[in-house]
Amino acid sequence: MIQAILVFNNHGKPRLVRFYQRFPEEIQQQIVRETFHLVLKRDDNICNFLEGGSLIGGSDYKLIYRHYATLYFVFCVDSSESELGILDLIQVFVETLDKCFENVCELDLIFHMDKLLLLNSPLSSLETVVSSLHGGEGSVTRVKDLYCCRSQRTESCTGKEVHYILQEVVMGGMVLETNMNEIVAQIEAQNRLEKSEGGLSAAPARAVSAVKNINLPEIPRNINIGDLNIKVPNLSQFV
Amino acid sequence: MALKMVKGSIDRMFDKNLQDLVRGIRNHKEDEAKYISQCIDEIKQELKQDNIAVKANAVCKLTYLQMLGYDISWAAFNIIEVMSASKFTFKRIGYLAASQSFHEGTDVIMLTTNQIRKDLSSPSQYDTGVALTGLSCFVTPDLARDLANDIMTLMSHTKPYIRKKAVLIMYKVFLKYPESLRPAFPRLKEKLEDPDPGVQSAAVNVICELARRNPKNYLSLAPLFFKLMTSSTNNWVLIKIIKLFGALTPLEPRLGKKLIEPLTNLIHSTSAMSLLYECVNTVIAVLISLSSGMPNHSASIQLCVQKLRILIEDSDQNLKYLGLLAMSKILKTHPKSVQSHKDLILQCLDDKDESIRLRALDLLYGMVSKKNLMEIVKKLMTHVDKAEGTTYRDELLTKIIDICSQSNYQYITNFEWYISILVELTRLEGTRHGHLIAAQMLDVAIRVKAIRKFAVSQMSALLDSAHLLASSTQRNGICEVLYAAAWICGEFSEHLQEPHHTLEAMLRPRVTTLPGHIQAVYVQNVVKLYASILQQKEQAGEAEGAQAVTQLMVDRLPQFVQSADLEVQERASCILQLVKHIQKLQAKDVPVAEEVSALFAGELNPVAPKAQKKVPVPEGLDLDAWINEPLSDSESEDERPRAVFHEEEQRRPKHRPSEADEEELARRREARKQEQANNPFYIKSSPSPQKRYQDTPGVEHIPVVQIDLSVPLKVPGLPMSDQYVKLEEERRHRQKLEKDKRRKKRKEKEKKGKRRHSSLPTESDEDIAPAQQVDIVTEEMPENALPSDEDDKDPNDPYRALDIDLDKPLADSEKLPIQKHRNTETSKSPEKDVPMVEKKSKKPKKKEKKHKEKERDKEKKKEKEKKAEDLDFWLSTTPPPAPAPAPAPVPSTDECEDAKTEAQGEEDDAEGQDQDKKSPKPKKKKHRKEKEERTKGKKKSKKQPPGSEEAAGEPVQNGAPEEEQLPPESSYSLLAENSYVKMTCDIRGSLQEDSQVTVAIVLENRSSSILKGMELSVLDSLNARMARPQGSSVHDGVPVPFQLPPGVSNEAQYVFTIQSIVMAQKLKGTLSFIAKNDEGATHEKLDFRLHFSCSSYLITTPCYSDAFAKLLESGDLSMSSIKVDGIRMSFQNLLAKICFHHHFSVVERVDSCASMYSRSIQGHHVCLLVKKGENSVSVDGKCSDSTLLSNLLEEMKATLAKC
Repeated sequence: MIQAILVFNNHGKPRLVRFYQRFPEEIQQQIVRETFHLVLKRDDNICNFLEGGSLIGGSDYKLIYRHYATLYFVFCVDSSESELGILDLIQVFVETLDKCFENVCELDLIFHMDKLLLLNSPLSSLETVVSSLHGGEGSVTRVKDLYCCRSQRTESCTGKEVHYILQEVVMGGMVLETNMNEIVAQIEAQNRLEKSEGGLSAAPARAVSAVKNINLPEIPRNINIGDLNIKVPNLSQFV
Repeated sequence: MALKMVKGSIDRMFDKNLQDLVRGIRNHKEDEAKYISQCIDEIKQELKQDNIAVKANAVCKLTYLQMLGYDISWAAFNIIEVMSASKFTFKRIGYLAASQSFHEGTDVIMLTTNQIRKDLSSPSQYDTGVALTGLSCFVTPDLARDLANDIMTLMSHTKPYIRKKAVLIMYKVFLKYPESLRPAFPRLKEKLEDPDPGVQSAAVNVICELARRNPKNYLSLAPLFFKLMTSSTNNWVLIKIIKLFGALTPLEPRLGKKLIEPLTNLIHSTSAMSLLYECVNTVIAVLISLSSGMPNHSASIQLCVQKLRILIEDSDQNLKYLGLLAMSKILKTHPKSVQSHKDLILQCLDDKDESIRLRALDLLYGMVSKKNLMEIVKKLMTHVDKAEGTTYRDELLTKIIDICSQSNYQYITNFEWYISILVELTRLEGTRHGHLIAAQMLDVAIRVKAIRKFAVSQMSALLDSAHLLASSTQRNGICEVLYAAAWICGEFSEHLQEPHHTLEAMLRPRVTTLPGHIQAVYVQNVVKLYASILQQKEQAGEAEGAQAVTQLMVDRLPQFVQSADLEVQERASCILQLVKHIQKLQAKDVPVAEEVSALFAGELNPVAPKAQKKVPVPEGLDLDAWINEPLSDSESEDERPRAVFHEEEQRRPKHRPSEADEEELARRREARKQEQANNPFYIKSSPSPQKRYQDTPGVEHIPVVQIDLSVPLKVPGLPMSDQYVKLEEERRHRQKLEKDKRRKKRKEKEKKGKRRHSSLPTESDEDIAPAQQVDIVTEEMPENALPSDEDDKDPNDPYRALDIDLDKPLADSEKLPIQKHRNTETSKSPEKDVPMVEKKSKKPKKKEKKHKEKERDKEKKKEKEKKAEDLDFWLSTTPPPAPAPAPAPVPSTDECEDAKTEAQGEEDDAEGQDQDKKSPKPKKKKHRKEKEERTKGKKKSKKQPPGSEEAAGEPVQNGAPEEEQLPPESSYSLLAENSYVKMTCDIRGSLQEDSQVTVAIVLENRSSSILKGMELSVLDSLNARMARPQGSSVHDGVPVPFQLPPGVSNEAQYVFTIQSIVMAQKLKGTLSFIAKNDEGATHEKLDFRLHFSCSSYLITTPCYSDAFAKLLESGDLSMSSIKVDGIRMSFQNLLAKICFHHHFSVVERVDSCASMYSRSIQGHHVCLLVKKGENSVSVDGKCSDSTLLSNLLEEMKATLAKC
């Protein structure tokens, strides 16, 4: 069983927190912090396994992580999972992210680090992507400038989508699917369905978000028009 | 209405979406908390609006905030609202938020039951999928119970996407509602052979997870998994299966034998490291379970160790880590084969990676011997000095102690060395393991008598430098060591060189800064020390010296009397009074030393930690019985049965009253010696008296006792453990020489006497004699201790509930409220033939042994034949390289005829059962319902009783609870039957694809032959067509995807496309199959008629009353009505019948009047108003298609007429 999946950046900012066992929010944050400190200390060229110990659930559990540029992907698993298997799974997950957001150019950068160096923008990273998936613009603007035109599309991606992808890979702490093509197919089908419904941020909202960026002063939020609830008669009328 | 809409969209314009929120948080790095609290206020406003899009947006933002650590449980109800949105976009957001924030304590979670059920049965596979995913994260026992059946139905959904999710979630359901495991298990097992690899993998996953906790219940699946292992190419599945076998082999060694060959083959052939590694792991598990020593197995061990060595030597740190991990498993049973790689492991100790060092440390545990212990510990000690980071250092510390103390200090030859190691360890700063060191010191000092003198000298030095240990500002755990030091110095004060000095050290004012429990020990041991000093002084006749000591005590003890710690205070004031009394006596020149030291006479023996628990209750003693009837609660505390503790008191002579005069003491001592002599647990001095401590001259040269007080900066006078290593070598060398001499002499003698079985002169572990008289007293256990080891089990283990025997046929009471055919399926499944391996495996083993003994010299063939009688045929006979097919029982020709007649008998039985079933089952149902209704009354929630018949019966509970029995019904109706096969079918509509219905046909083999090559051919009509695989023509039959062994039933699903659904129709079809038995194979046919009623085109769709009202208001529905007389059934059951047979759901119910709703697969709305009169029922219907309505009402009339 997978007990938790954590994604955070080099500064310990959580990018995705998914527990399959109930912990109160404070404890969750504490676990993220402690995990971050544990992982941070480790060089990139040492092994990817960590005995979590007291962190979650005791000695049966292990932390298995991978570090991509500025992002850490940490899985906390018990002894029923194969260590190398989970490492592969993380790879699958990251590559799926890559595939699902292929219009997001930054991800390409991670998989082509050599080109990246040529561009002399060492800060570019997956983090940019995932944080932009969360809706923000990455802290790194240089990369954004380079790929300005394309990254505008990232606006359509939001943080929940990373969760949705994860949900197709792991369900309730158990591995659901490891075939990347299958995962991508399901994600795309669901996105199409969402699109056909108009999505959450339909056209008007987007127009407005542009306006908002001008930093208007406080706008009266409650225009009280009174209670206009029209009571719908409860009993059906036949005959 | 319009205004409101406008208001909504204006508000929306200024709403932040998630992107804005994230951006905002970024821009407010300074005052993030403030900004977020402002955002939460906004979100609260948004949640108050009626626009679902706004709400969803708000919930979406909350989910993000939850990730940042904000509690969003206050929005649980809003999350549920968003979950119940009709649009997938919103629903998904809602479920995501729920999966992140809901848990068993969320009180509104019970409101989700109906919503989830609705989504589970949703026509869109993604609605269902999203609900399953969400549910997997927050399933509670209530949800699990209520939804188990719905999920089980989904396990045979047409879409593999849903099937795999449903299979996975079953594990969570089992955990929360263990009763569901047995009813659901047959279907789960079926999914192991699902055509879709994803579903298969999910099923393997779930069963592995189950089997890991309670492996013995899953042994019977071994053949199936074995088949999967040899056939599957999916590495994920293979890994899981191989891991599962690792858990199963300890229970069934024969399984291990069978596994070894395919596994070694895999090890040789696979290129995937993950698979290779798991194979090695399981081979190790197999080898552990097998009795070692077989020649061919040592080859496998060698293979494993070899492969692991390759892993460890790999440059990939991950492989190195795993190699070490697996190596430690081999170590337990085959330490020799690992020890040869000692070089490699010691090398790993120097690795830069902490995880790897830790694993290497684990391995060291098994590598030590008497010979190399000192050397290894020395190495570790240098690591301790080098280690940065307290965690690793602490780990090293515990490992050193573990290694040294393992199996009763087996490998320690020189305890002085060990004590000095412990003392060195106390110099570690900031370790958490002070108590561990302390415990070791106490243990060694108590159990190794010969070391006490040395230990005491070391401890007094420690006490003297206590300020070094306790002074560091942060109260670290190391001061725990002082606890041990004080106790040892006090208890064994007779060994102290300068007791007076130690006494002063213990009475320093600084001591009061120590933790309370340590001070308490100080106080107590100060008196012990005092007593022994008094005795010394009095014996020496120094009356003044004695009085001076007393004065010192009187002066210093008050500082403890003032302690805030109750224990310290109490002990100190008690002792102060005692000392003052002694002072008075001393002033009168009365000798007191004898009496004072009598307070602490006698010796303490180590008592095993479990000893108290293991004291057997004497016969006739009822510990729960009152000795005196309790008068009041407060008094009962004092009435403890004393007798139980009597024995213990005896073993703690400390509490002995001081009046005991010497004679009495001597007598008791004598008695104890006697007792010890008779006690098998009490180990006397080692049988090598020539190697007594006193006889080893080397040790005496160690400058241990000279304590240099003038150098306070370094812990004074403590010997470095390193010195011992050299000394020890010298000592051993000397010993060896001596021995060799002796041996030579003996040899000479032997030569004379011509005896020739002396051992070879190699230096084995046993030859190294310990430096001290190793008088390890084993811990005492009470006499007649019960040899039970059950105290290790944790009664709170959640997986214990899943320890359920799955091979036992289902009892009536266990069934989930599910449709009938599954029950017959399970009771007739071939698993009945598979023996309960647990019980039966024992006998065969004995048999085997006997066989081996008797017939070892005879032909091996015979043995095999006899074994074949075994029901565990699969395990024993089949040679590993060629896995035989599952052992289908092959009846002989004689049996065949019997079987036929039996089959007919069964047929009759089956019919009888069908009728019977109505009578016994309802009672249970009713029972269950009653219960549920009662609980419902308490909770005042709108939970539904499980069971698809009542799937939509929610509002029914609004009415008065009518506790009348509901006849259980199956939606499966008989299609056709003959002596070979019985076909039942159920037609379900699906909204996923327009105008399609799924026909689930259950085929039950009631003959004794195997049914193969089954094909279904259906004559299409203009209106209805069967969906066939691409490329096959209309006249081709569609194959049934399974074979049926005798007595087995299985379900096949076919999809039909319907053009017009307003009329019922029938399709003719034929099932052709080959029935094969021993006499040969025959072609058989069975004709049937598929009846598509109009009701079968309807899909149970819940509807809210306001939407229902709107629908009716729209006025474009045509109307029709019927009336049926002579109905005596209760209204509730009537509604349930309509719901069940015609796929309606109750919208609302008032007294004996109810509105109902359903939808057709083509989107027609059907509304009903059902009214019950005295003896009649009238049904008014409205529908967007009048023909459909009238046909439906006709069908309903037929149903109602039967009531």
